[in-house]
Amino acid sequence: MLSKRIVVCLDVRGGRTTKGIKFRENVDVGDPVQMARLYYEEGADEMVFYDITASAEYRDIMIDVVEGVAQQIFIPFSVGGGVRTLDDMRKVLLAGAEKVSVNTAAVLNPKIIEKGAKAFGSQCIVLGMDVKKVEVSEKIPSGYEIVIHGGRTYTGIDALWWAKEAVSLGAGEICLNSIDADGTQAGYELTLTKLIAENVSIPVIASGGAGVPSHLYDVLMKANADAALIASIVHYGTYSIREIKEYLHSHGVKVRMVW
Amino acid sequence: MVAIVDYRAGNLSSVLYALTYLGYKAIITSKLKEIMAAERIIFPGVGAAGKAMVDIKKLGLDKAIKEVFNAGKPILGICLGIQIIFERSEENNTHCLGIISGEAKAFPHPLYGQRDELLKIPHMGWNKVKFIKLHPVFNGLDPRAEFYFLHSYYPVPKDALMAFGLTEYGIEFTSALAYKNLIAIQFHPEKSGRPGLKILENFCNWSP
Repeated sequence: MLSKRIVVCLDVRGGRTTKGIKFRENVDVGDPVQMARLYYEEGADEMVFYDITASAEYRDIMIDVVEGVAQQIFIPFSVGGGVRTLDDMRKVLLAGAEKVSVNTAAVLNPKIIEKGAKAFGSQCIVLGMDVKKVEVSEKIPSGYEIVIHGGRTYTGIDALWWAKEAVSLGAGEICLNSIDADGTQAGYELTLTKLIAENVSIPVIASGGAGVPSHLYDVLMKANADAALIASIVHYGTYSIREIKEYLHSHGVKVRMVW
Repeated sequence: MVAIVDYRAGNLSSVLYALTYLGYKAIITSKLKEIMAAERIIFPGVGAAGKAMVDIKKLGLDKAIKEVFNAGKPILGICLGIQIIFERSEENNTHCLGIISGEAKAFPHPLYGQRDELLKIPHMGWNKVKFIKLHPVFNGLDPRAEFYFLHSYYPVPKDALMAFGLTEYGIEFTSALAYKNLIAIQFHPEKSGRPGLKILENFCNWSP
């Protein structure tokens, strides 16, 4: 039986980790490689690095970060943000990442999923989906709409349709982020997660809303997510990964307990 | 020196980084001379069996690997590396290296778990390996340790005595096997945290 995965997400801007990562002794909290190392040692099952750099001039710095991470941490990790072309994918994978994640780029150009899957294998291609709850309509029958540009632009695309479409194009995994839940620390969007997780044949990582360990229990057990993504809950030092895992383990969730 | 055999099957730098981190000298190579000269070889890989065998033959690596095996040097096959040491793979119905008897089979479809839930394929993520026999390469591991898997086909050695580790995912399959100077594992030790590094370290210190 597979364990449910706890995925830690780090935002990187210009080669430095950003937003509210609390001071930790002996660790340069701005250095993504050191932060990755810390979470690896604390028991993260997987990591995601989002390059939130707006301009292309920092791309090479991101590749350096990926290489640095690959030399230090020995668990799978993916890279998202700014991956638009096959060449971007190749660079990230060759630098040592297991997977690349495409979000806005895939909405604007769905063929990138297909091309990526053919070139590197489906297991390498993660579809990142940013989703907002909307009125049920003919166009959006699931009541969940895909948004892009960090949630600012509505696309008119139904989230469930897009998830299935991405699977048929060759995506190997979905990272499902609820814009409504993101940053609230009030729990994951369970209805959305369950809807997507039970209707696609590939693993779903739930993202957005984790505030306490029971939120992870809910999304993994009640909404059937294969993995739960966390950020602030560990960055602020509210809980350690071990505390979260011990909570899940004691409540009957199969998680990796030695590392 | 450890030679990591490059047969164009995916990114091999993770294996190199892990060995470097552990303090062992290693190179990624497809040169026969370097492979033959190495003290031990690692045969990793992600990808499809069909294309892998075409590339292996093109590079002349099929003979080299058999020669290294016959010379008694330690060999570690990882992931696709455990599958193509058999006679054949159901993936692209491929004739493989035939170093040991057996084949790589596709997971049954549909595949159900213990609670009758539908299991996703590929088998991707962290799972346990039940080590059923002692072996120096699998020594010193916590029985609760988990390893990172990513595959749609699974190894079936003809001789059940070669099975050293078993994993359950809908079915129970051989996830670690050993035969003479050959070790082969389905999971990725270079992506399995400390327990995975332990296996790589054990392999680098092993004299069969």
